[in-house]
Amino acid sequence: MATDRYKKAVKGLEAIAEEVYNDFIKGDIPKMSIPVRTKKNIVFDDDLHVWKYGSNLTHRSAKELGSAYTLLRTMYIIDFIREMIKTKKSSTLREMYYISEGWEIAKFPDQNTSNRLAEDLEIITKSLREDFKLRPEEDGARVIGNVTIQEVNRKGEKKTFNCRDDVGDSGYGIPYNVEKEKLTFKDVDADFVVAIETGGMFDRLVENGFDEDSRAVLVHLKGQPARSTRRFIKRLNEETKLPVVVFTDGDPWSFRIFASVAYGAIKTAHISEYLATPTARYLGITPSDIVNYELPTDKLTDQDVHALKSELTDPRFGDEYWQGEIKLQLDMDKKSEQQALAKYGLDYVTDTYLPERLTEMGILN
Amino acid sequence: MAQEEVVENGIPAGVVEEPIAHRLAEDLKEISVAEFFERNKHILGFDSLHRAMLTAVKEAVDNALDACEESEVLPDIAVQIEKVKKDEYILSVEDNGPGIVKNQIPNIFGRLLYGSRFHAIRQSRGQQGIGISAVVMYGQLTTGHPTRVISKIGEDMPAYEVDLLIDTKRNRPEALRTEAVHWDKPNGTKVMINIVARYAKERRQSVYEYLKATAIVNPHAHITFIDPHGEEYVFPRVTEIPPEKTVAIKPHPLGIELGTLMKMARSSESYKITAFLVNEFSRITNRTAKEICRKADVDSLLRPQDMNRVQASRILEAFNMVKIMAPPTDCLSPIGDLLMRKGLKKEIDAKFAYTVTRAPTVFSGNPFQVEVGIVYGGDIVQENQVKILRYANRVPLLYQQGGCVTTHGVEGIDWRPYGLEQRGGQGIPVGPAMVIIHVGSTNVPFTSESKESIADVPEIYQEIQLALRECARKMKAHINKKEKLKKIAEKYELIQKVLPELAKKSAAVIGKDVPSIEVVVTKIMNVVVIDDKVEHEKVDDKKFTTVDIEFTNYTPKQRNITIYCKVPVEAEIGDTDPKPFKREEGLLIWKVSKMKPTEKRHVIFKLVGLDKGDYEEADLYFEGMRAENVIGAEPL
Repeated sequence: MATDRYKKAVKGLEAIAEEVYNDFIKGDIPKMSIPVRTKKNIVFDDDLHVWKYGSNLTHRSAKELGSAYTLLRTMYIIDFIREMIKTKKSSTLREMYYISEGWEIAKFPDQNTSNRLAEDLEIITKSLREDFKLRPEEDGARVIGNVTIQEVNRKGEKKTFNCRDDVGDSGYGIPYNVEKEKLTFKDVDADFVVAIETGGMFDRLVENGFDEDSRAVLVHLKGQPARSTRRFIKRLNEETKLPVVVFTDGDPWSFRIFASVAYGAIKTAHISEYLATPTARYLGITPSDIVNYELPTDKLTDQDVHALKSELTDPRFGDEYWQGEIKLQLDMDKKSEQQALAKYGLDYVTDTYLPERLTEMGILN
Repeated sequence: MAQEEVVENGIPAGVVEEPIAHRLAEDLKEISVAEFFERNKHILGFDSLHRAMLTAVKEAVDNALDACEESEVLPDIAVQIEKVKKDEYILSVEDNGPGIVKNQIPNIFGRLLYGSRFHAIRQSRGQQGIGISAVVMYGQLTTGHPTRVISKIGEDMPAYEVDLLIDTKRNRPEALRTEAVHWDKPNGTKVMINIVARYAKERRQSVYEYLKATAIVNPHAHITFIDPHGEEYVFPRVTEIPPEKTVAIKPHPLGIELGTLMKMARSSESYKITAFLVNEFSRITNRTAKEICRKADVDSLLRPQDMNRVQASRILEAFNMVKIMAPPTDCLSPIGDLLMRKGLKKEIDAKFAYTVTRAPTVFSGNPFQVEVGIVYGGDIVQENQVKILRYANRVPLLYQQGGCVTTHGVEGIDWRPYGLEQRGGQGIPVGPAMVIIHVGSTNVPFTSESKESIADVPEIYQEIQLALRECARKMKAHINKKEKLKKIAEKYELIQKVLPELAKKSAAVIGKDVPSIEVVVTKIMNVVVIDDKVEHEKVDDKKFTTVDIEFTNYTPKQRNITIYCKVPVEAEIGDTDPKPFKREEGLLIWKVSKMKPTEKRHVIFKLVGLDKGDYEEADLYFEGMRAENVIGAEPL
């Protein structure tokens, strides 16, 4: 039940405040410990098949001015969340940032800091930010395909619709809350899910009727996918057993998009088991595709090269496949966009590239 | 103005055999002065219109300063440049010196190489240039106008105004008009010269920059400047103490050249070599003279005029084998630490200024002395190369910076450990600092006759480096202290603002009373903070500097600490509270004992006689605690 989740969240948050208070009473320097949130501290969880934070902890001690401010802000956030839960309100992360304007010396210097602190609190209390009544301002992405969904709308009414027949060309918009009390999958008649990085390619596949012709569910990722988009894909995969493939540009940033869908993002590794789809596979554009399909390319920028090198030491890309592809891309010093396939005509992606790749992957026969 | 300063021993021994003055004088016999002038424009400093303006100002101002110093008057100098037409100006320079008797005026301003101090060895500005008469000559040759001089030698005397030209064939002055006039000044001299030249304020080598640089090393002078646009600039006097008067000395034996020694011996009037050594060198006593002869295996009764080359060179070697005192240094006129600092602080708004006056020493028998100062912070631009202000005998050097030993001294130090940026640890560093280097000598070894840069004499280079390093260490200590103060500020913010709020808010969230934070505060800080406040006040003409050192024990334990406070030796120690545990020369020591956690203590003392800016932060060292537990003082 939702109220239990809120109760657990409040209890967890109050425990943080209590610890700080007790430190003062004991004459100890107040502190707060959380896992190190970098690629150096993520490990593969064999049971959950996703990447989670390891055991390295960072300590925020009131000894340091910056950490003391973080502790103080934490107290204010706790107070604020508890109040929202009490009064049955919710706020966006951005609204919380603006509300902190009234917290005097505890106000946040920027929204990044407040977002990160909200994530820290999820980690410490083992809750989700939805349990704190905090939601992101970004909306989820779009879905087109033969999936029937039931959603509880803001009036509390259950609405059922098909994501191919009951929606316009822009598809079904994924809400920020995709948990079971809000959204359920009623019926699915498709063979696989394609998660697509760019809106241009999503629209191309829709226009070419790829969803109907190939019995595919198309999900637009909108760049680095929001939590709700990843959670949606994860539930779709788990509950309907449809295989998931990820179709992105062929550059280092796209590999990270795939990793966050399949392996879990570093920033949200504490909830990877909620968000990641371990069976999702990378379709392309792979560095090999750039060679094999002779795609138009751009030269790698300095940031691209830096990102690729950083990925070489990212444990999520530690397997032979990724090490090979990343090194190949560094060697050829080139990258391609998904829409570069239009070199061979607008239908090439749906008539040739996707069928070929999906057959290679054993998804199409 | 005073006696005209004529070039004297201007060229280092070994560079040019004879002093330039002699050569110039010889030249003058052969050719007309005008021709000579034309041929030697570059040596005389009139090779471009900009340079001509600067040289004219420089000669006139140096002359005025020397006139005042000669008579121990604090100089009041007024410089004005008026535009006549394009590229023609009237330069007037007025001083409050002793004035010149009527008959001497034409000789002093209208005769090249006229002077009275031909062979004196002492530090003087005149080494730097050809003299004021060269400016008069330049003005006459370029504009055709006579030079006007007004001078008055005493309150009850009339002032005389003289218009004069130089007879270029005979090198003789010609007074066109001499007239007694009324002048409101008790005494002084004013010279007005029409010159063809160019004025630019923005240039690095400009009249303004020159006067500013002059003011820095002449803190006893008050200089005003009115530029061609009528804009007035004032460089005020910051000290009433004039520089010590210099006296002439004989050459020092150390490092003298063989040729010079032989020449001196030949023209000596002594009958014995020992008498020659005692009479014509400084710091040689009868005993040393005999010892030199013994070591050189030269008969002490030898007539100096008969000394041959081999004997001379053995004498020269012997100079280095016996103990000879350093040359007398009253022939040098250092600016002094305190005055340099005052000069610097006057012209540059910087947070930190430190200066070093090295003890006088010798190169090739010439006494010299190096003074170095560094200013840091304040208005100085962070991203620029460090500016080097160069001086020889108190005269700013504006040209040929790259070839100067002073520049090389700066470039030869790795400044990075001292807190400045520097590519590869060499070259001119970058940062909010400025360096000032003064080389004073009876014989400044210039690289060329234009006298704009000092040669790479190893002894001078080394002295410069030693002085620079000492200044640099102080600068680094200042930077460290600043960083520490920033840390203290952060800690205070932490314990005074953030922690109380954290205690309040955490208690509020769980509905309890606000907990005490004192123990946590001492654990977090775990330092004794030493903070000094320096205040300056003037009571009945007495100058007091009050120093209040505050100690706060932000550690969880009782603490004892011994504090050493360096104070300027010039200052008299006034009231102290509490009485120092110990007093030494330039040092006050207190023991601050049994400070309980969070307890504050004060040590207050007064210094008497210092000016504002002389002592702006206490120079503190401590003993008895670990370095990481103390903020605001350096471990001893």
